[in-house]
Parts: sequence; structure tokens; C-alpha cells
Amino acid sequence: MSEIRNFTLNFGPQHPAAHGVLRLVLELDGEVIQKADPHIGLLHRATEKLAETKPWNQSIPYMDRLDYVSMMCNEHAYVQAIEKLLGIEPPERALYIRTMFDEVTRILNHLMWLGAHGLDIGAMTMFLYCFREREDLMDCYEAVSGTRMHAAYYRVGGVHRDLPDTMPKYQPSKFRSKKEIDRLNEARSGGLLDFIWDFTERFPKAVDEYETLLTDNRIWKQRTVNIGVVSPERAIALGFTGPVLRGSGIAWDLRKKQPYAKYAEMDFDIPVGVNGDCYDRYLVRVEELRQSNRIVRQCVEWLRQNPGPVMVDDRKVRPPRRVEMKGDMESLIHHFKLYTEGYTVPEGESYGAVEAPKGEFGVYVVSDGANKPYRVKCRAPGFPHLAAMDELVRGHMLADVVAVIGTLDIVFGEIDR
Amino acid sequence: MSERMEALAAQVAARLGGRATRAKSIASEVTFECEPPALLEVCRTLRDADDLRFDLLADLCGVDYLDFGRDEWKTRSATETGFSRGVNRRPASYEAESHPAQRFAVVYHLLSIAHNRRLRLRCWIENREPPMVDSVVDIWPAANWFEREAFDLYGILFRGHPDLRRILTDYGFIGHPFRKDFPVSGNVEVRYDPEKKRVVYEPVSIEPRTLVPKVIRHDHRYEPALHDRPAGAGAAVPGQVGAATPKSGG
Repeated sequence: MSEIRNFTLNFGPQHPAAHGVLRLVLELDGEVIQKADPHIGLLHRATEKLAETKPWNQSIPYMDRLDYVSMMCNEHAYVQAIEKLLGIEPPERALYIRTMFDEVTRILNHLMWLGAHGLDIGAMTMFLYCFREREDLMDCYEAVSGTRMHAAYYRVGGVHRDLPDTMPKYQPSKFRSKKEIDRLNEARSGGLLDFIWDFTERFPKAVDEYETLLTDNRIWKQRTVNIGVVSPERAIALGFTGPVLRGSGIAWDLRKKQPYAKYAEMDFDIPVGVNGDCYDRYLVRVEELRQSNRIVRQCVEWLRQNPGPVMVDDRKVRPPRRVEMKGDMESLIHHFKLYTEGYTVPEGESYGAVEAPKGEFGVYVVSDGANKPYRVKCRAPGFPHLAAMDELVRGHMLADVVAVIGTLDIVFGEIDR
Repeated sequence: MSERMEALAAQVAARLGGRATRAKSIASEVTFECEPPALLEVCRTLRDADDLRFDLLADLCGVDYLDFGRDEWKTRSATETGFSRGVNRRPASYEAESHPAQRFAVVYHLLSIAHNRRLRLRCWIENREPPMVDSVVDIWPAANWFEREAFDLYGILFRGHPDLRRILTDYGFIGHPFRKDFPVSGNVEVRYDPEKKRVVYEPVSIEPRTLVPKVIRHDHRYEPALHDRPAGAGAAVPGQVGAATPKSGG
């Protein structure tokens, strides 16, 4: 009699459905997963160690590169942790801007997730639809910070600069007709806030479009319903947060439970799932798109009416304005010291956490009173999610691995750090 | 905020008795410290006691306190002599300097979903090589990968961990890169050797250098309203701070 053995399969590290560089060693019995062992670290850049060698401010751009599809949320956690140690509170307008851009980031992230997840399990059109809307939000990032992705826009004590009054416009070219360029530039005639407002008017209809493609789609449901089920108790024990925890039916959201920035003033709802499967997590995230849209609109309304400073007026952390430096020696010295040595943060430790699109993104900083952090630890939401991979896919078919990777919303920038 | 924190600290202290002591922290957070022998018992109490219920382990990480409070540029003496241009990261006298009594610690960030509270627990590990502490995987399954990471980066061994392998560094990596005595540029570099027709490892050719030296400032150079507020003493009122910024004009 021939011996029957399990089959070990190497999945990745370069696989289109691995969402980055994930190597999965799968043990299969036929087509059924017996064991999954994720090998991570292929994108490890020692961000936390590098942060220890640089002044506090210079690590803000590193944070963008952790979870590189929800950039500003990562920055938010980092600056929040430092602000707690310094004991400073940014001005109100800066907090509203942060709230707005956190939600813009959430929409960006969820669109990326929805498109990629759809593509993974066979819904090609989703990818095209999602990237259409994503492009507009990328333009918002660019307008406010100069870059489409790695913004480095948040600062300790506020944000780098106020929202711009103009939007970059499409230039005439031989590839587009004048009529088309005028149509594209129509929403860009005002400032950034007008552009975002126009986006929020269009966006709910776009979400309806996504839903007509997926929510009642028979194939979509076959691929996601009852796949990767997590019970609420198990979700907590495994350290899940964010949509993955809410998909299991636990209404836990830091924006409601431990409000930061201006979330306490915002009117929005927290969607929760029932079964804790891939389909419920999909529904939760789609509803979060709509709720984020609501929050963005509330922020735009407030920001239109309330001009003001966007940076704390504390010379210990705020670099002096250019014009002050021209005539004031003290300002020049401050500027020089802030950009060479940086500011020193009192001895102590703090943990700043935000509800990033993927879950709780926390930054634990330890300071020994120096101009550089003594220790930075980024608590990435995807890390415990991927750690539970083995448990989630055990007993499922090989094809479901792709659905589970997608539903966990894995990005290797934050997991490998 | 701080009243809630005080209430939490009182509850935890009552539950844990002498097994853990409260450590200094900013006003909006609570930190407790414990010794390795008491760790498992402390963790179990924190998770199971009805008034605590810290059922979610948000984060677990190692910290190496070797260089804590040690600066690379002494600001006071430099005022008289000027700063040296290059900075040796490890001065020759370094080995003779006293090491901290306890070099490594493991820090647990706990979250109670039921009571909506956070707690930080730090477990100091006694100085010996390899540093060792009990694993909390049986209490919070989420600890599994976090402990693997702390082992990989700091070389801390977790007693009772089911699968303590390296996680972030390369297969066959030597050393624990987040230790403070591990250079940022690493110890080895790789290149393709056309003669051997394979990738070879060699000692690094990068000179260690410090771009921005570490400076610790305890002096009060600025107006008290601007600076050196005790951490967590509350937010500055922006108007007041602005008013207290006189232009000294060089």
C-alpha cells in the first residue's frame, strides 16, 4: 500500500495575492490546509532602530512608510505619543485637519483594500472603480503636503501648514481635448476644501456602485461567507482590533471609546458584523467608507468657518517663521537648533494609539530626556492579525487562503517594520 | 482623566498587593512594574479579576536600557571647549562605566475592552545572558508573535513559548539587532561574488558615524512657560504661551 503524505507548499514570497512579500509555508492534505506558517520579515527595515538614531522630528517620514496605504494615521500615532510626553495640545484647527485627513486616509486605505481584495478573488472591475476615486484623494494629499503618498504632514504640535486655497489643475496637452480638461478642472477651481466637499458629494454614489458589484454577487458570497470565521472571544484573545474585531461583533473603536483629535465632536456610527467571517468584514469596511465620508463633511464645514493657527505657538517645538528669521537673531538661533539638534523631550514614556484603518496603530516611545527617542515601538494592527493566520485558514481550502489574506488587510510595511 | 487613572491604579494595587509596584508615568497613563517570578501570577490576575479584565494584549516589546540617560555630547563641558566634530559612539572608557542594574525589560501594553482602560506592565529581567522571562502565551495567545519578535530583536528568551524562532531577521542571522550595543550598520554585508558564483557575507565596510549626536538637556534655557513643564501637567494655553514669548533680539 502506498504511503499517503501531506504536501508542503511554498506560497510566495513573490505572489500576487500575498499583498507584498509574504512567504507562507502551507501543509496540505489534498487541497485542505493542515497548517500555515507565515514567514515574515522580508521587508524588515529596522524602522524603530533607525528612529533611535535620529532627532524626534526626523522619524515622522518613517511612519508614512510603515503602513504605506494609511500614511497619515501612522504619523498621527507617533506625534500623539510625543505630544503626550511634551504635554502640549495642538490648536483646534490642527486637530480638525488631522481628523479630516485621518478619515481621508481611511477611505484611501479601504479603497485600496477593496480593489485588491476584489482582484484577488476574481472581481477585476472593483480594482478599476476603486482606483478612480482613490486618485482624487491622492490629489488631496498632494495639495496639502506636496506628495501623493508619503506626506510627512503632521508635526508635533499641529500640522505642517494650513490647507491650500488652490488646487493643482490639469494642464492642456495633446492627449486630452480642451473640453475634457475643463471638465476635469471644474472641481479644482476652488480650494482644497471645495475639492474635498465635491468629492464627498460624489462618493456615496460611488460606494453604491461598488456594492452593486459585490454585496449580492453570488460568486463574491461563495468566496467569502463562512470563510475565516472568528468568534468574538477568540478575536480579543488573539489581539485583533479594527474592522477584523468589529466584524466579529464587538463594537470597539478608539474613535468612540477613547476619542482623540476631534472625534468626540463628530457624529458617526460604528458598524459591527455578526458572524465574524470574510463577508461581514467586507460589509463593515464598506460601511466605514460611508461613515468616513460623513466625518470628512463635518470637518470641512467646521474648517470653512474657523480659520486659525495650525501649529502650537511654542518655540520649543515650532520652528520660527521665515519672516521672523530675517530680522531676529533669536529666531535664527531657534531655527538652527531645531533643525540640527532638535527638541528634547522630557524623560518618560507614553503610548499614543489611533484607530488606523486596519485597527489600533500604537506607538510606544521611551525618552531619556534626549533629542532622540530612546526606544520607539510601533504596534502594528496587522501583526497580530497575520499571527492568527494559521488558526484562520486551518481546515479551509487552498483558494480560501487568498480570501483570508485579503480580509485581514495585510500590508507588509507595518508588519515587518 | 487622571482621576480615572488614580482609581485604576488603586484597584490594581489592591489586587496585586506586593507583587507589583507602581512606577512613575505621565498623568494619563498607569504603569506597574514587577519581577520575573511574579509575572505569570500578576498577568493572570490582571486578565481575570472582575474589576480589571485586561483581556486584550495590545503590545509586547523588549527594551534595552543599556544606554539610558547616557548622552554623546556633554553640553556643559562643550560650552567651554567647543564640540568635537566626530563622535565615537562607544568611547574607550565605556566598558569601565557601570552598567544598569537591570538591562532588559519586557513591556506589556494591556487593554480592557470591558472597562475601556489601558495599563502598562513592565517586567525587569535580571542581568544574565541570555535574559530569560516566562512566556505569557497561555494567558494571551496574541503574545506568540510579539514574544518571537522580542526574542529576535533583543535575545530575550521566553520560558514556555511553543515556537520561539526568529521572525523579522533573515534566515541564519547572527546577533540581536535592537540591542544598544549592536551597530546600526550591522556586522556583515552581502555581495555577489562572481568567482564563487554565489552571494558571500563579509564584515561591513561602512564606517560607523553619528549624524546627530544624542544630547540630554536638563537646563532651563527658556522661559518656564515655554519649557520644562512636567510631562502630562496639562496643555498649555496657546494665548498665554504666545504672550510670554518676548523678542530678545540677539
